[in-house]
This record gives sequence, C-alpha cells and structure tokens, in this order.
Amino acid sequence: MRLEADVSVASGEGLFAARFRIDQPLCVVTGASGAGKTTLLHMIAGLRRPDRGYIRLNGVTLFDSDAGINLAPERRAIGCVFQDDRLFPHMDVRTNLLFGRDDRRSIEAAAEFDQVVDALDLGGLLRRRPASLSGGEKRRAALARALLQRPARLLLLDEPLTGLDAARREAALGLIERRRDQTGTGMFYVTHQTPEVRRLGGAHLRVGPDGAGIASAQVGLAVGGINTPLPRLFAVT
Amino acid sequence: MLQAADWSIMALSLKVAMAAVLGALPPACALAWLLSRVRFPGKVLLDALVHLPLVTPPVVVGWLLLGLLGPAAPAGRWLEAALGLELMFRWTGAAVAAGVMALPLMVRSMRLSFDGVDQRLENAARSLGASPVRVFWSVSVPLAAPGVLAALVLGFARALGEFGATIAFVSNIPGETRTLSLAIYSALQTPGGEGTATRLAVLSLLVSLAALIGSEAMVRKGRRHAS
Repeated sequence: MRLEADVSVASGEGLFAARFRIDQPLCVVTGASGAGKTTLLHMIAGLRRPDRGYIRLNGVTLFDSDAGINLAPERRAIGCVFQDDRLFPHMDVRTNLLFGRDDRRSIEAAAEFDQVVDALDLGGLLRRRPASLSGGEKRRAALARALLQRPARLLLLDEPLTGLDAARREAALGLIERRRDQTGTGMFYVTHQTPEVRRLGGAHLRVGPDGAGIASAQVGLAVGGINTPLPRLFAVT
Repeated sequence: MLQAADWSIMALSLKVAMAAVLGALPPACALAWLLSRVRFPGKVLLDALVHLPLVTPPVVVGWLLLGLLGPAAPAGRWLEAALGLELMFRWTGAAVAAGVMALPLMVRSMRLSFDGVDQRLENAARSLGASPVRVFWSVSVPLAAPGVLAALVLGFARALGEFGATIAFVSNIPGETRTLSLAIYSALQTPGGEGTATRLAVLSLLVSLAALIGSEAMVRKGRRHAS
C-alpha cells in the first residue's frame, strides 16, 4: 500500500489537517477519542469531502481539490468496518455479509464465505436480523462483511475488535493478519489497544493535537480555526 | 340495494384511482428523493410547484391541464400522436387529473420517509461497492417502505375523491369520466336522485374505510419486516 495524503477539512470548532505518506501493507492509527481518526478514515473512503488537498492510493488519485477529482466511494475499492457497524437492518446477517460480493454464487465465494463465517463464529446467526444481535455479534458481522467484500485497494478498520471476548479477538486478529499477508490489500487499523499496535506492526499514525512533540508520524488536529498554523506531519515508511 | 350502474361507477372509479396512483408513483418517488437528498439551484421553486395542487383550487388545476394537455396544446397533441394516448373526455384524462392532485401528498409522505433513512447506511452500501441506483433500490426504498405504502394509500384516497380538476379537465361523461364523486354530484342535480346519491355515498365511505384499514395492516407488516 502506498497512501499519500495532504488534506484539511473544517471539523466542528476547528480545522482538521493531515499530511502523510505511508509505504507499508498496514498502518495502525491511534489517538484520543475525538482527535479525528474517524474523520480521516471517512475522507479516505470518500464519505467525507476534504475542503482542500489530495489523497492518492497506489498511484491512483482518489481526491484532488485542485484538479477537481473526487472519486465516488463505490469506485474507490476501499472497504470499511465502521465504528457503528452499519449493518442493514432490513436484511438478515447472511444477506448483509454478501452485500459487497458481486460473485456471490461462485465456488470461491462460497468457500471464502464458509471460512470467514466459521472463523468469526457467525454460523448460528446467519438468518437473524441485526436488531436481534448483541454488540459483539454485530461487530463480528460487520468485520465479516468487510472481509468478504475483498476491497481491491484498502480496508479501513475502525476499532474492529470492540466488544469481542479474548478468544474471538484472537480469531479475528488472525483473519486480519492472514488477509494482510496473503493479499495486496492495504489496511488502516484504528485502535486504542497497545497490544494490537505491537502485534500488527507496520506504520503507526498518531492522530492528535499538533506540537505535542510526538516522534514518528502524526496527523494533526489544529483547534482554533484557519489562522492556526497547519500541523507538521511526517512521512512514515 | 346496489344496482348494476353503481357497480360500474365503482369499477370506473377504482380503475381511474389506481391508474392515477401507479402513474404518479415514479415521478413522486423521484421528486421525493430529489427534494430529500439533492441540493440544487431552484429547489425551493420545484418544491413550491410540486405542492401547488395542494393549495390551488382543483378547478384551476383542471383548467391548467386543459391548457397544457388539451387538444390545442403541443404536449396534448404529442401524447396523442406519439403514444396514442387520448386524454380528452376519456378515463385516462380523469386519471391524469387525479394523479396530479394526488402527487403532492405522495411526494410529502415519501420525502419524510426518505429523510428518515439513515444516510450512514447508504454510505456503508456505497463503500461496499454499490452504485447509487443499487443503494436506492436495496437500501433506501426498503427502509422507506412504510412511507411509500402510506403515500400509495393517501394518493389513492385523494384520487378516488377527486372532483374539481376532473370535471374541469375531462367533463362529466357517464361510463368514461363520471367517477364516484361526479356521479354523486350528478345524482344530487337530478330530481329523484337522492336514492342513488345515498347508495354511492355509502359505497365511497366503505371503500375509503377499507383502504385505511388495509394500509394500516400493510404498514404494520412492513414495520415488522423492517425491524
């Protein structure tokens, strides 16, 4: 994955700005709640339009305010595990899981479906509606849906293991690691958990207020409006 | 007791109202979506235009239709020449009048339910690779289904009761444009027609009641389905 971005967007009271370049298969994103991690993910996914700047992924321009480019989310080949799951309430779990597959009848798709469903222990839930699932069950279904989508370029995971017990955490992490190692799909992985950061490795992006003297990389949140100097951001490789 | 003539009036009214609602559904749906989700210049004007039939005297709407779709108007001539659609003094014209009158109510109801659809779910569908058209049909419409059903019932009730626009646009012709409301009016104008008027009035009350009960049942079923 090679992701380059230099974007800024007005966010609530302040200005959120980020500039970075990542050349790693996986990038862990950390930072305090409200620092802008989700905003950053949504800009990469195309669900939030930056006010200015550019985002390039593997040489493809996803967004460029100067060139007037803003690729639609469905054309970015970027999958998401949203912080709030976003399962479709009018579909059962099975239909939710297959929503992102256009080859859902193929043998390969069926084999992969079984593998992911088994690993995340979703077999007994396939006919249930999301409303009847517990928080952890929804989380597992949302993760399975994104993994089964097999986005070609990038998978954005916004705290994907929240609400999962230790055993299922382990199973889910194993799946994510296998996906990272076996395919060329890049990953952005938001987490608060230090063990996850250590285990996953790769690049590390810290989202937080500027000027905190953080080494390695950071994405800044400048509070106070446009006049605040843009935070310095560093390339991570 | 009901007579054969009453049944044919009933059948004509149902045919006109159904054609009106089915014909108005696609444009109503598109307008509701546009007004709920898209920002564009002239939106306020479009909103006002859509709601015009709700606040204008129906007779004026009928008169406008006559001017726009009548035999002297280019649009009317085109409809007849290109599609073979004759409107003047025909039940099809009555359906157009009823459809135009039903449109604002249908748009309102559907717009409210589109407003209520969680856009985060639509975004999730797009991030899963779905085109805007697929998002619309597989996420937005099913989630807005109760409102769409309500729009159909409201529109149907409005179309069934249509009077002013119909009589001004396509006149009051037995067997062709004389729907329930027009037949009741005609019976009241005829000496000794009170019996007919009473029968038709009771009939229209029963139909309206059945439509309301049916819609409530459908909406409940839809809610169960959605949750």
